[in-house]
Amino acid sequence: MKKFKLDWLILPLVGLFIILSLWAVSSLTWAKDLPSPLKTWESSKPYILEPFAKRGEMDQGILRFTWYSLVLVAQGYALALLVAVPLGFFLGLSKTFTKMFDPLIQVFRPVFPLAWLPLGYVLFMGFGKETGTYAALFTIALCAMWPTVLNTAVGVRAVPQDYLNVGRVLKLSRWKTLTKILIPATLPYMFTGFRLSLGIAWLAIVAAEMLTGRPGAGGFLWQEYNANIYEHIIFSIITIGVIGFILDRLMSVLEARFKTA
Amino acid sequence: MSAFLEISRLGKTYPAPSGAAAIIVENFDLKIRKGEFVTLIGHSGCGKSTVLSMIAGLTDAASGGVILSSKEVVGAGPDRGVVFQAPCLLPWLTAFENVRLGVDQVYYTADATERRQIAEYYLTVVGLAESMHKRPAELSQGMRQRCGIARAFALSPKMLLLDEPFGMLDSLTRYELQEVLLDLWQKDQKTALMVTHDVDEALFLSDRVVMMTNGPAATVGEILEVKFPRPRSRQQLLEDPLYYELRAQLIGFLEERSHVRPTRPAAPVVPPTPPPAAPRLRRFLSALVPA
Repeated sequence: MKKFKLDWLILPLVGLFIILSLWAVSSLTWAKDLPSPLKTWESSKPYILEPFAKRGEMDQGILRFTWYSLVLVAQGYALALLVAVPLGFFLGLSKTFTKMFDPLIQVFRPVFPLAWLPLGYVLFMGFGKETGTYAALFTIALCAMWPTVLNTAVGVRAVPQDYLNVGRVLKLSRWKTLTKILIPATLPYMFTGFRLSLGIAWLAIVAAEMLTGRPGAGGFLWQEYNANIYEHIIFSIITIGVIGFILDRLMSVLEARFKTA
Repeated sequence: MSAFLEISRLGKTYPAPSGAAAIIVENFDLKIRKGEFVTLIGHSGCGKSTVLSMIAGLTDAASGGVILSSKEVVGAGPDRGVVFQAPCLLPWLTAFENVRLGVDQVYYTADATERRQIAEYYLTVVGLAESMHKRPAELSQGMRQRCGIARAFALSPKMLLLDEPFGMLDSLTRYELQEVLLDLWQKDQKTALMVTHDVDEALFLSDRVVMMTNGPAATVGEILEVKFPRPRSRQQLLEDPLYYELRAQLIGFLEERSHVRPTRPAAPVVPPTPPPAAPRLRRFLSALVPA
């Protein structure tokens, strides 16, 4: 296709216009309960214009909700990485370890995020008020860790023999081999894992919030569905998508930095 | 002659999937004097790099052994500085840090200033004074290999092992680096063993050229003494008729005699295998019907 000036701006706007039209036409014709784009905007305006307002537990500005979600994601994600990176290294370094745990990993990996949440509740039953939070963290961490585990393991296995030979000639200690050769050589793979993991963590948070009823971007969605305020469902979906997109962009910037190193 | 490096009956076999092992190198014997520069020449794939790798301790020998200054070589170690074909610099470290990594390992009792000075000295000698703080990606092939040489010498090894270090360079850069190597070798009075397939390189650098026979089961074929005075200049060599004589001998070996195996101790006598027993059915039938 021939490139023209401003195509980077105009083409996405055209795409947006097409979707908005379909949405508007649908809300006017066959899906009468679906709020129109204009109505959605009118109804969501207070949440956007006062993003940090707090009018009640489940009635807060959108950035405040987002902030709650992000904090929980950050905790769960950190937990996931703390477990996933060492696990990935063990898998990459030891054939015995791989044979022991790889089948289990392959079985647990495809389990849908929400399936872990009840188990989280059972596990942390004794923690009273915090049970919901711990269950949510457990779910996020467990779902988000797999891409990092697998990518780290692949990265460790792909470390060129030449680099390891350098380490052997210099008689580097195990610790130095790890910090000077294995980790730097694996870093690009690890970052690919980190990015994918963050995407999954963000998927899981929304699901976890919907079920636990915690305040946040996902919790808001579920609550407004129960309250029959459909405009806010659409608004929440858009918010969740935009935040997820921004997180992914940030991670690719980081990833690109480490790829060139 | 007391040998500084003694290689005896070194052999390498790889188990083949069919069961019979593939013999790469067999009965490789060589003695190298202290301070000597020896090159190992042979057709590609003949196993010369395998020999070097076994001396370096990066590959386990299937048979035989290596003794370096009265000690048996077990595993790799910084007493044998290796210059790899692809320089094998760690791409996330600068040239300086790559050299420093080895210096820190060897001079662990020295303080930080001394170690920095050692690394800087060798990088300067190989001509990287200006660009020692660059990453390998910012350096040319030739500069990377200069750094590889600096790293090996900075370890203050008992001996140097060079695995076709200039194989990937264009000929002008190769000439430059051969001289860099020769200078350092003379300055530090190192013992060196280098693998190459370049006849001129072998003659310019070495005191002896060891010619390897073709694989499988490669071994030492002939040894050529190269008695040009040192320090050598390429110009001087090219004017010497002896140079062309040695060159002809080397090429003659590589082209005509490298497939001829030297006489070795006779192989153990294998008793002839009896013919396979006749199938049971046939025996049964022949018993029924006498001939």
